[in-house]
Amino acid sequence: MKPIHRAAIVLCTALAAAAGMVFAQEPSSTEREIEKYRAALGEDNPAELWEARGEALWKEKRGPKAASLERCDLGVGPGVVKGAYTVLPKYFPDTGKVQDLESRLVTCMVTLQGIPEAEAKKNHFGSGPKRSPMEALAAWIASQSRGMPMNVSLSRPEEQRAYEIGKAMFFYRAGTHDFSCATCHSRDNQRIRLQDLPNLTTPRDAQRAYTTWPGYRVSQGELRTMQHRLNDCYRQQRFPEPEYASDAVTALTLYLARNANGGVYDGPGVKR
Amino acid sequence: MADPMKIRAAMAGDKVEVKVLMAHEMETGQRKDASGKPIPAWFIQSVTATCNGRTVLAAEWGTAVSKNPFLSFRFRGAKPGDKVAISWVDNHGDKRTDEATIS
Repeated sequence: MKPIHRAAIVLCTALAAAAGMVFAQEPSSTEREIEKYRAALGEDNPAELWEARGEALWKEKRGPKAASLERCDLGVGPGVVKGAYTVLPKYFPDTGKVQDLESRLVTCMVTLQGIPEAEAKKNHFGSGPKRSPMEALAAWIASQSRGMPMNVSLSRPEEQRAYEIGKAMFFYRAGTHDFSCATCHSRDNQRIRLQDLPNLTTPRDAQRAYTTWPGYRVSQGELRTMQHRLNDCYRQQRFPEPEYASDAVTALTLYLARNANGGVYDGPGVKR
Repeated sequence: MADPMKIRAAMAGDKVEVKVLMAHEMETGQRKDASGKPIPAWFIQSVTATCNGRTVLAAEWGTAVSKNPFLSFRFRGAKPGDKVAISWVDNHGDKRTDEATIS
Protein backbone atom coordinates (compact mmCIF):
# COMPACT_ATOMS: atom_id res chain seq x y z
CA MET A 1 0.00 0.00 0.00
CA LYS A 2 2.69 2.38 0.98
CA PRO A 3 4.43 2.69 -2.42
CA ILE A 4 1.11 3.26 -4.16
CA HIS A 5 0.22 5.93 -1.67
CA ARG A 6 3.53 7.65 -2.28
CA ALA A 7 3.10 7.45 -6.04
CA ALA A 8 -0.31 9.04 -5.71
CA ILE A 9 1.14 11.93 -3.76
CA VAL A 10 3.87 12.42 -6.36
CA LEU A 11 1.27 12.38 -9.12
CA CYS A 12 -0.88 14.90 -7.28
CA THR A 13 2.09 17.21 -6.87
CA ALA A 14 2.89 16.92 -10.57
CA LEU A 15 -0.70 17.72 -11.48
CA ALA A 16 -0.76 20.68 -9.14
CA ALA A 17 2.45 21.96 -10.69
CA ALA A 18 0.99 21.54 -14.18
CA ALA A 19 -2.20 23.31 -13.11
CA GLY A 20 -0.14 26.08 -11.63
CA MET A 21 1.65 26.54 -14.91
CA VAL A 22 -1.62 26.68 -16.83
CA PHE A 23 -2.99 29.32 -14.47
CA ALA A 24 0.18 31.35 -14.72
CA GLN A 25 -0.02 31.39 -18.51
CA GLU A 26 -3.76 31.71 -18.97
CA PRO A 27 -4.26 35.42 -18.28
CA SER A 28 -1.69 36.40 -20.88
CA SER A 29 -3.32 34.32 -23.63
CA THR A 30 -6.77 35.61 -22.65
CA GLU A 31 -5.39 39.12 -22.68
CA ARG A 32 -3.97 38.55 -26.15
CA GLU A 33 -7.31 37.31 -27.49
CA ILE A 34 -9.13 40.31 -26.00
CA GLU A 35 -6.52 42.59 -27.55
CA LYS A 36 -7.26 41.04 -30.96
CA TYR A 37 -10.97 41.72 -30.48
CA ARG A 38 -10.24 45.30 -29.52
CA ALA A 39 -7.93 45.78 -32.48
CA ALA A 40 -10.58 44.45 -34.86
CA LEU A 41 -13.10 46.95 -33.50
CA GLY A 42 -10.63 49.77 -32.93
CA GLU A 43 -10.00 50.36 -36.60
CA ASP A 44 -13.61 51.39 -37.06
CA ASN A 45 -14.73 52.69 -33.75
CA PRO A 46 -18.35 53.89 -33.61
CA ALA A 47 -17.07 56.59 -31.21
CA GLU A 48 -16.39 58.51 -34.44
CA LEU A 49 -20.14 59.00 -34.82
CA TRP A 50 -20.19 60.73 -31.43
CA GLU A 51 -17.11 62.78 -32.30
CA ALA A 52 -18.81 64.10 -35.45
CA ARG A 53 -21.94 64.97 -33.46
CA GLY A 54 -19.84 66.63 -30.74
CA GLU A 55 -18.01 68.86 -33.19
CA ALA A 56 -21.32 70.04 -34.64
CA LEU A 57 -22.68 70.70 -31.11
CA TRP A 58 -19.59 72.73 -30.16
CA LYS A 59 -20.23 75.08 -33.09
CA GLU A 60 -24.03 75.15 -32.85
CA LYS A 61 -25.74 78.22 -31.40
CA ARG A 62 -27.83 76.92 -28.50
CA GLY A 63 -29.59 78.14 -25.36
CA PRO A 64 -31.32 81.42 -24.49
CA LYS A 65 -28.22 83.41 -25.51
CA ALA A 66 -28.08 81.63 -28.90
CA ALA A 67 -24.35 81.22 -28.53
CA SER A 68 -21.96 78.42 -29.46
CA LEU A 69 -19.36 76.94 -27.12
CA GLU A 70 -16.53 78.16 -29.35
CA ARG A 71 -15.30 80.63 -26.70
CA CYS A 72 -15.38 78.07 -23.87
CA ASP A 73 -12.14 77.95 -21.87
CA LEU A 74 -11.29 74.32 -21.22
CA GLY A 75 -8.02 75.10 -19.48
CA VAL A 76 -5.76 75.94 -22.40
CA GLY A 77 -7.34 79.26 -23.36
CA PRO A 78 -10.78 80.38 -24.62
CA GLY A 79 -11.89 78.30 -27.58
CA VAL A 80 -8.80 76.07 -27.57
CA VAL A 81 -9.77 72.41 -27.79
CA LYS A 82 -6.52 70.85 -28.89
CA GLY A 83 -4.74 69.33 -25.90
CA ALA A 84 -7.45 70.40 -23.43
CA TYR A 85 -8.20 66.84 -22.33
CA THR A 86 -4.58 66.25 -21.32
CA VAL A 87 -4.57 69.06 -18.70
CA LEU A 88 -7.97 68.31 -17.12
CA PRO A 89 -9.07 68.26 -14.35
CA LYS A 90 -7.55 71.58 -13.33
CA TYR A 91 -8.24 74.68 -11.23
CA PHE A 92 -10.21 77.48 -12.88
CA PRO A 93 -9.96 80.93 -11.25
CA ASP A 94 -13.30 82.12 -12.69
CA THR A 95 -15.29 79.46 -10.82
CA GLY A 96 -12.74 79.04 -7.99
CA LYS A 97 -13.01 75.27 -8.43
CA VAL A 98 -11.10 72.30 -9.75
CA GLN A 99 -13.12 71.06 -12.72
CA ASP A 100 -13.05 68.08 -15.03
CA LEU A 101 -14.16 68.20 -18.66
CA GLU A 102 -17.79 67.53 -17.92
CA SER A 103 -18.20 70.01 -15.07
CA ARG A 104 -16.35 72.63 -17.16
CA LEU A 105 -18.73 72.05 -20.06
CA VAL A 106 -21.63 72.63 -17.66
CA THR A 107 -20.01 75.96 -16.65
CA CYS A 108 -19.64 77.00 -20.29
CA MET A 109 -23.23 76.05 -21.13
CA VAL A 110 -24.42 78.19 -18.20
CA THR A 111 -22.18 81.23 -18.77
CA LEU A 112 -21.94 81.33 -22.57
CA GLN A 113 -25.24 79.82 -23.67
CA GLY A 114 -27.42 80.83 -20.73
CA ILE A 115 -28.68 77.28 -20.22
CA PRO A 116 -29.80 76.75 -16.57
CA GLU A 117 -27.39 74.49 -14.68
CA ALA A 118 -30.00 71.82 -13.92
CA GLU A 119 -30.90 71.73 -17.62
CA ALA A 120 -27.24 71.45 -18.68
CA LYS A 121 -26.71 68.52 -16.32
CA LYS A 122 -30.02 66.80 -17.02
CA ASN A 123 -29.34 64.56 -19.98
CA HIS A 124 -25.82 63.46 -19.09
CA PHE A 125 -25.96 59.78 -20.05
CA GLY A 126 -27.61 58.97 -23.36
CA SER A 127 -29.72 55.93 -24.06
CA GLY A 128 -30.65 55.02 -27.63
CA PRO A 129 -32.59 57.80 -29.36
CA LYS A 130 -32.36 59.93 -26.17
CA ARG A 131 -28.91 61.34 -26.84
CA SER A 132 -26.63 63.17 -24.50
CA PRO A 133 -24.93 66.33 -25.77
CA MET A 134 -22.33 65.81 -23.02
CA GLU A 135 -21.19 62.44 -24.33
CA ALA A 136 -20.86 63.76 -27.88
CA LEU A 137 -18.96 66.88 -26.78
CA ALA A 138 -16.66 64.86 -24.52
CA ALA A 139 -15.90 62.43 -27.37
CA TRP A 140 -14.97 65.19 -29.79
CA ILE A 141 -12.97 67.27 -27.30
CA ALA A 142 -11.04 64.22 -26.09
CA SER A 143 -10.34 63.16 -29.69
CA GLN A 144 -8.57 66.48 -30.22
CA SER A 145 -5.89 65.42 -27.69
CA ARG A 146 -5.04 62.17 -29.46
CA GLY A 147 -1.31 61.59 -29.58
CA MET A 148 -0.54 64.10 -26.82
CA PRO A 149 0.87 63.12 -23.40
CA MET A 150 -1.26 63.52 -20.26
CA ASN A 151 -0.04 66.58 -18.40
CA VAL A 152 -2.16 67.16 -15.29
CA SER A 153 -0.76 69.78 -12.94
CA LEU A 154 -0.78 69.88 -9.14
CA SER A 155 0.79 73.33 -8.92
CA ARG A 156 -2.18 74.96 -7.18
CA PRO A 157 -3.07 74.19 -3.56
CA GLU A 158 -6.68 73.57 -4.68
CA GLU A 159 -5.41 70.91 -7.08
CA GLN A 160 -3.27 69.26 -4.41
CA ARG A 161 -6.25 69.21 -2.08
CA ALA A 162 -8.50 67.65 -4.73
CA TYR A 163 -5.81 65.04 -5.45
CA GLU A 164 -5.65 64.10 -1.75
CA ILE A 165 -9.44 63.88 -1.56
CA GLY A 166 -9.50 61.73 -4.70
CA LYS A 167 -6.83 59.46 -3.25
CA ALA A 168 -8.77 59.13 0.01
CA MET A 169 -11.90 58.25 -1.98
CA PHE A 170 -9.96 55.63 -3.93
CA PHE A 171 -8.96 53.82 -0.73
CA TYR A 172 -12.21 54.44 1.20
CA ARG A 173 -13.87 51.16 2.17
CA ALA A 174 -17.61 51.13 2.83
CA GLY A 175 -20.94 49.79 1.69
CA THR A 176 -22.60 46.41 2.07
CA HIS A 177 -19.54 44.65 0.59
CA ASP A 178 -16.92 46.71 2.43
CA PHE A 179 -15.41 47.63 -0.94
CA SER A 180 -13.15 50.41 -2.09
CA CYS A 181 -11.84 51.22 -5.57
CA ALA A 182 -8.53 49.89 -4.29
CA THR A 183 -10.03 46.45 -3.53
CA CYS A 184 -9.94 45.68 -7.26
CA HIS A 185 -7.55 48.29 -8.60
CA SER A 186 -4.46 48.35 -6.38
CA ARG A 187 -2.86 45.00 -7.25
CA ASP A 188 -1.30 43.67 -10.44
CA ASN A 189 -2.88 40.98 -12.61
CA GLN A 190 -6.34 40.98 -11.06
CA ARG A 191 -9.39 40.30 -13.17
CA ILE A 192 -13.17 40.00 -13.04
CA ARG A 193 -14.34 37.26 -15.41
CA LEU A 194 -12.33 37.98 -18.58
CA GLN A 195 -11.71 41.63 -17.85
CA ASP A 196 -8.26 42.42 -16.53
CA LEU A 197 -8.39 45.04 -13.84
CA PRO A 198 -5.79 47.77 -14.11
CA ASN A 199 -3.74 48.54 -11.02
CA LEU A 200 -4.56 52.24 -11.01
CA THR A 201 -1.91 53.06 -8.43
CA THR A 202 0.86 52.30 -10.96
CA PRO A 203 1.64 54.68 -13.84
CA ARG A 204 1.64 51.95 -16.53
CA ASP A 205 -1.88 50.69 -15.83
CA ALA A 206 -3.29 54.12 -14.94
CA GLN A 207 -2.00 55.45 -18.27
CA ARG A 208 -3.47 52.58 -20.24
CA ALA A 209 -6.85 52.97 -18.55
CA TYR A 210 -7.13 56.75 -18.43
CA THR A 211 -5.94 57.45 -21.97
CA THR A 212 -8.67 55.27 -23.54
CA TRP A 213 -11.70 56.92 -21.91
CA PRO A 214 -14.16 58.23 -23.04
CA GLY A 215 -14.93 55.01 -24.88
CA TYR A 216 -17.56 53.30 -27.00
CA ARG A 217 -18.98 50.50 -24.86
CA VAL A 218 -19.93 47.66 -27.16
CA SER A 219 -22.19 46.08 -24.51
CA GLN A 220 -24.24 49.29 -24.29
CA GLY A 221 -23.91 50.58 -27.83
CA GLU A 222 -23.15 53.98 -26.35
CA LEU A 223 -20.18 56.25 -25.90
CA ARG A 224 -19.41 56.69 -22.21
CA THR A 225 -17.39 59.31 -20.36
CA MET A 226 -15.07 58.96 -17.37
CA GLN A 227 -17.90 59.98 -15.03
CA HIS A 228 -20.04 57.13 -16.35
CA ARG A 229 -17.17 54.69 -15.78
CA LEU A 230 -16.74 55.90 -12.18
CA ASN A 231 -20.48 55.72 -11.54
CA ASP A 232 -20.45 52.16 -12.82
CA CYS A 233 -17.61 51.29 -10.43
CA TYR A 234 -19.57 52.76 -7.53
CA ARG A 235 -22.66 50.84 -8.61
CA GLN A 236 -20.64 47.63 -8.56
CA GLN A 237 -19.40 48.52 -5.09
CA ARG A 238 -23.06 49.01 -4.01
CA PHE A 239 -22.45 52.66 -3.24
CA PRO A 240 -25.01 55.39 -4.00
CA GLU A 241 -24.49 56.93 -7.43
CA PRO A 242 -22.26 60.01 -7.25
CA GLU A 243 -23.81 63.29 -8.32
CA TYR A 244 -23.07 64.32 -11.90
CA ALA A 245 -20.15 66.73 -12.35
CA SER A 246 -19.72 66.91 -8.56
CA ASP A 247 -16.53 67.98 -6.79
CA ALA A 248 -16.12 64.45 -5.43
CA VAL A 249 -16.11 62.84 -8.87
CA THR A 250 -13.75 65.55 -10.12
CA ALA A 251 -11.37 64.83 -7.23
CA LEU A 252 -11.32 61.10 -7.98
CA THR A 253 -10.85 61.83 -11.69
CA LEU A 254 -7.95 64.14 -10.86
CA TYR A 255 -6.29 61.40 -8.79
CA LEU A 256 -6.57 58.94 -11.69
CA ALA A 257 -5.56 61.48 -14.35
CA ARG A 258 -2.51 62.57 -12.39
CA ASN A 259 -1.42 58.94 -11.95
CA ALA A 260 -1.67 58.62 -15.75
CA ASN A 261 0.61 61.62 -16.40
CA GLY A 262 3.03 61.04 -19.27
CA GLY A 263 0.75 58.49 -20.94
CA VAL A 264 -0.10 59.38 -24.54
CA TYR A 265 -3.81 60.04 -24.97
CA ASP A 266 -5.30 57.48 -27.36
CA GLY A 267 -9.07 57.81 -27.04
CA PRO A 268 -11.93 57.69 -27.47
CA GLY A 269 -11.42 53.94 -27.23
CA VAL A 270 -13.47 50.82 -27.72
CA LYS A 271 -14.53 49.05 -24.56
CA ARG A 272 -16.33 45.83 -23.85
CA MET B 1 -33.15 63.22 -39.01
CA ALA B 2 -30.51 60.54 -39.16
CA ASP B 3 -26.88 61.33 -38.48
CA PRO B 4 -24.31 61.28 -41.28
CA MET B 5 -22.37 58.10 -42.03
CA LYS B 6 -18.62 57.89 -41.80
CA ILE B 7 -17.33 56.57 -45.10
CA ARG B 8 -13.76 55.69 -46.03
CA ALA B 9 -12.92 54.56 -49.56
CA ALA B 10 -9.38 53.77 -50.65
CA MET B 11 -7.69 51.78 -53.41
CA ALA B 12 -6.42 48.38 -52.32
CA GLY B 13 -4.56 47.05 -55.36
CA ASP B 14 -6.98 47.11 -58.31
CA LYS B 15 -10.01 47.16 -56.05
CA VAL B 16 -11.64 49.83 -53.94
CA GLU B 17 -12.04 49.05 -50.26
CA VAL B 18 -15.00 50.83 -48.70
CA LYS B 19 -15.63 51.05 -44.95
CA VAL B 20 -18.86 52.57 -43.67
CA LEU B 21 -20.05 53.35 -40.13
CA MET B 22 -23.76 54.10 -39.87
CA ALA B 23 -25.54 55.67 -36.91
CA HIS B 24 -28.70 53.67 -36.30
CA GLU B 25 -30.46 52.14 -33.30
CA MET B 26 -31.26 48.83 -35.08
CA GLU B 27 -33.98 47.88 -32.58
CA THR B 28 -35.00 44.25 -33.00
CA GLY B 29 -38.53 44.58 -31.61
CA GLN B 30 -37.67 41.88 -29.08
CA ARG B 31 -36.65 44.18 -26.23
CA LYS B 32 -38.83 45.71 -23.55
CA ASP B 33 -38.43 49.10 -21.91
CA ALA B 34 -38.23 49.80 -18.17
CA SER B 35 -42.04 49.72 -17.84
CA GLY B 36 -42.30 46.35 -19.62
CA LYS B 37 -43.66 47.62 -22.91
CA PRO B 38 -42.08 46.18 -26.08
CA ILE B 39 -39.77 48.58 -27.91
CA PRO B 40 -40.96 48.64 -31.55
CA ALA B 41 -38.64 47.28 -34.22
CA TRP B 42 -36.63 49.96 -36.00
CA PHE B 43 -33.92 48.89 -38.36
CA ILE B 44 -32.24 49.52 -41.70
CA GLN B 45 -33.93 47.44 -44.40
CA SER B 46 -31.96 48.16 -47.53
CA VAL B 47 -28.48 49.40 -48.30
CA THR B 48 -27.12 50.35 -51.70
CA ALA B 49 -23.74 51.58 -52.85
CA THR B 50 -23.22 53.28 -56.19
CA CYS B 51 -20.14 54.46 -58.04
CA ASN B 52 -20.20 56.31 -61.38
CA GLY B 53 -23.91 55.59 -61.75
CA ARG B 54 -23.40 51.85 -61.29
CA THR B 55 -24.79 49.92 -58.32
CA VAL B 56 -21.84 48.08 -56.79
CA LEU B 57 -23.64 46.69 -53.75
CA ALA B 58 -27.26 46.08 -52.85
CA ALA B 59 -28.21 44.48 -49.55
CA GLU B 60 -31.33 43.69 -47.58
CA TRP B 61 -30.79 43.92 -43.87
CA GLY B 62 -32.78 42.71 -40.91
CA THR B 63 -32.79 42.87 -37.15
CA ALA B 64 -29.73 40.63 -36.77
CA VAL B 65 -27.44 43.51 -37.73
CA SER B 66 -25.93 45.33 -34.76
CA LYS B 67 -26.56 48.85 -33.53
CA ASN B 68 -24.39 51.48 -35.27
CA PRO B 69 -23.51 49.01 -38.03
CA PHE B 70 -20.13 48.76 -39.69
CA LEU B 71 -20.03 47.63 -43.33
CA SER B 72 -16.91 46.86 -45.32
CA PHE B 73 -16.76 45.68 -48.96
CA ARG B 74 -14.55 45.77 -52.05
CA PHE B 75 -15.37 46.33 -55.70
CA ARG B 76 -13.57 46.69 -59.01
CA GLY B 77 -13.81 49.27 -61.73
CA ALA B 78 -13.16 52.62 -60.07
CA LYS B 79 -10.17 54.94 -59.74
CA PRO B 80 -8.97 57.51 -57.20
CA GLY B 81 -11.09 60.66 -57.31
CA ASP B 82 -14.28 58.78 -58.17
CA LYS B 83 -17.14 59.07 -55.72
CA VAL B 84 -18.90 56.28 -53.85
CA ALA B 85 -22.40 56.98 -52.55
CA ILE B 86 -24.01 54.86 -49.85
CA SER B 87 -27.74 54.95 -49.10
CA TRP B 88 -29.90 53.23 -46.55
CA VAL B 89 -33.64 53.10 -45.93
CA ASP B 90 -35.12 51.89 -42.64
CA ASN B 91 -38.50 50.36 -41.82
CA HIS B 92 -39.85 53.81 -40.83
CA GLY B 93 -39.11 55.03 -44.33
CA ASP B 94 -36.33 57.22 -42.95
CA LYS B 95 -33.34 57.42 -45.29
CA ARG B 96 -29.86 58.75 -45.54
CA THR B 97 -27.31 59.10 -48.37
CA ASP B 98 -23.67 60.07 -47.97
CA GLU B 99 -20.75 60.24 -50.33
CA ALA B 100 -17.00 59.82 -50.18
CA THR B 101 -14.17 60.33 -52.64
CA ILE B 102 -11.90 57.38 -53.35
CA SER B 103 -8.32 58.01 -52.29
